[in-house]
Amino acid sequence: MPTSQQANLLNCEDITVQFGDFKALNHFSFELEHRELHFLIGPNGAGKTTFLDVLCGLTKVTKGNITFEKDKSIKDMPEYEIARNGIGRKFQAPSIFPRLSVKDNLELSMKQKKGIWDILRATLKNEDKERIDSQLETIGLTEEAMQEAGSLSHGQKQWLEIGMVMMQEPQVLLLDEPIAGMTEEEEEKTGDLLTKLREDCSIVVVEHDMDFVREYSERVTVMHEGALLSEGTMQEIQANDMVKEVYLGQGRVS
Amino acid sequence: MHERQSFFTTKQGVFTILIVILAILPLLMSDFQTNLLGRFLAFAILAVGLDLLWGYTGVLSLGHGIFFGFGAYITAIYITIESSGGGLPDFMMWSGMTELPWLWQLLSNPVAALSLAILVPMFVATLLGFFTFRNRIKGVYFTILTQALVLTMVTLIISQQQYTGGSDGLTNLQTIFGFSLSSPQTQLVLYFLTLIVLTVVFFSSLRLVNSRFGKVMVAIRDGENRLRFSGYNTAHFKTVVFTLSAGLAGLSGMLFVMQIGIVTPTMIDIIPSIEMALWVAIGGRGTLLGPVFGALLANTGSTYFSESFPEVWTYLMGLAFIIVIIYLPKGLMTIGDKLTKKRRGSHANQSAGKPTKL
Repeated sequence: MPTSQQANLLNCEDITVQFGDFKALNHFSFELEHRELHFLIGPNGAGKTTFLDVLCGLTKVTKGNITFEKDKSIKDMPEYEIARNGIGRKFQAPSIFPRLSVKDNLELSMKQKKGIWDILRATLKNEDKERIDSQLETIGLTEEAMQEAGSLSHGQKQWLEIGMVMMQEPQVLLLDEPIAGMTEEEEEKTGDLLTKLREDCSIVVVEHDMDFVREYSERVTVMHEGALLSEGTMQEIQANDMVKEVYLGQGRVS
Repeated sequence: MHERQSFFTTKQGVFTILIVILAILPLLMSDFQTNLLGRFLAFAILAVGLDLLWGYTGVLSLGHGIFFGFGAYITAIYITIESSGGGLPDFMMWSGMTELPWLWQLLSNPVAALSLAILVPMFVATLLGFFTFRNRIKGVYFTILTQALVLTMVTLIISQQQYTGGSDGLTNLQTIFGFSLSSPQTQLVLYFLTLIVLTVVFFSSLRLVNSRFGKVMVAIRDGENRLRFSGYNTAHFKTVVFTLSAGLAGLSGMLFVMQIGIVTPTMIDIIPSIEMALWVAIGGRGTLLGPVFGALLANTGSTYFSESFPEVWTYLMGLAFIIVIIYLPKGLMTIGDKLTKKRRGSHANQSAGKPTKL
């Protein structure tokens, strides 16, 4: 599909999110291409998480348009519709179903018809099992498959949630600080996982860890006070004076 | 866990043993005691339904008395009409009515009456569930709404004396399908009917919670937001479970009223509604089996205490509740775990009923 390859997967035009007098997003525009690993950085309160919230339907925009796959407007869709249309969200704190097994967590998340009747009649088919098994392998939790998800370590929970979102076969994967609280070894595993996952979908990652961003990023967007500050490769961004100024006050990029 | 899981330690096994015992018990008990136990079995049906809603899906209803009440009242109305032999029931004549109101006429058809005893509570629950869950009203706010529903309905029943018998209730329940309700044979048949219904309800519910639908229920309880962002319209699922639970409460009320032969507003008011949740809590939320035991034991207990210590029985029941809550916060179903844990010298215990937010 050469034509759809050229068009952007996701277009956000001039979106504003206002809470009372405070503008969490202020005329922010954003484009996402197919199969892209895109990092979002910026000081605390820059609006990064709010932006992810907007994309998955948790927060509604006050103004502006979001189009997905050329013509789908998602700004008025309920969360579950957005998810069904192919935008998957991984939350900052691991958000899984602790009392279900790891396998059951994936089974529920799997792309399938999710209406009442569909679920009532659902059985676990062989092809479903294979999909779950291969996802378990990708996130490295094959041995833990039958364990209650609540008993996993913090890092494993994060991978499980990423695996759950991937089971939805999303076109856009939204990740909020996926390596927060991880050991160095876990960080590396997560980075490899992201590189692998972007073969199947576009990924937007909010991240504070600059070493991690430097190592895995292609395109980086810097946000500040709800607006776009700069966009480019990590080198370009580090050379940008405005970015330096914003971050020097915070003492972050070095 | 898998190595020595014999049938008799599974839920199915324990329940089967219980049912066999309950089937034999009438041989050893007086007619009065059998009748009493039959009513408790009806309560157990409601407890299973409430566990689906609260224990598994995490939605606490303190208004199940009203769904139970719909089942009981609608059945009682049918029985009253049949018992009056075509004439007007006494209380209607005293209220100056001259003919049967249309709603009552509809309920003089047994098929209509017995179906509506289940369908009306389901309809009310669907309506309430649809509007509350869709608007993200949940947790304690939903629970308060269910209490408000009880208050409204009970007030309505008491104020519409000419239709409902008011605070006296419906008391002249004599025959059903031509069989005398006071005869021990009829009551024995009803006892076994209730036992069979409970068995079917239990095994169907067990099947439901072990299916993918059941996993969705648990997922709603433990992470409704996550599930919504996974593509589920959780409001629909909650409405369906609420409706199912209300239907089981109606069924329970229907079987109950046939066995007690009277229905009054006090049986379906706030206090009984809270007691119903207590049966589930005492037995063990999210276990299905626990609530069955909870309903049977709590009611047997209160009967025993009220007969033996008429002055102080409510205190004794309260004490029993407190002891269970302190020592077995997750319900009686955790006794087994506690014992094995003691024997093995303590091991991380994570089983049974996650504490659900109230």
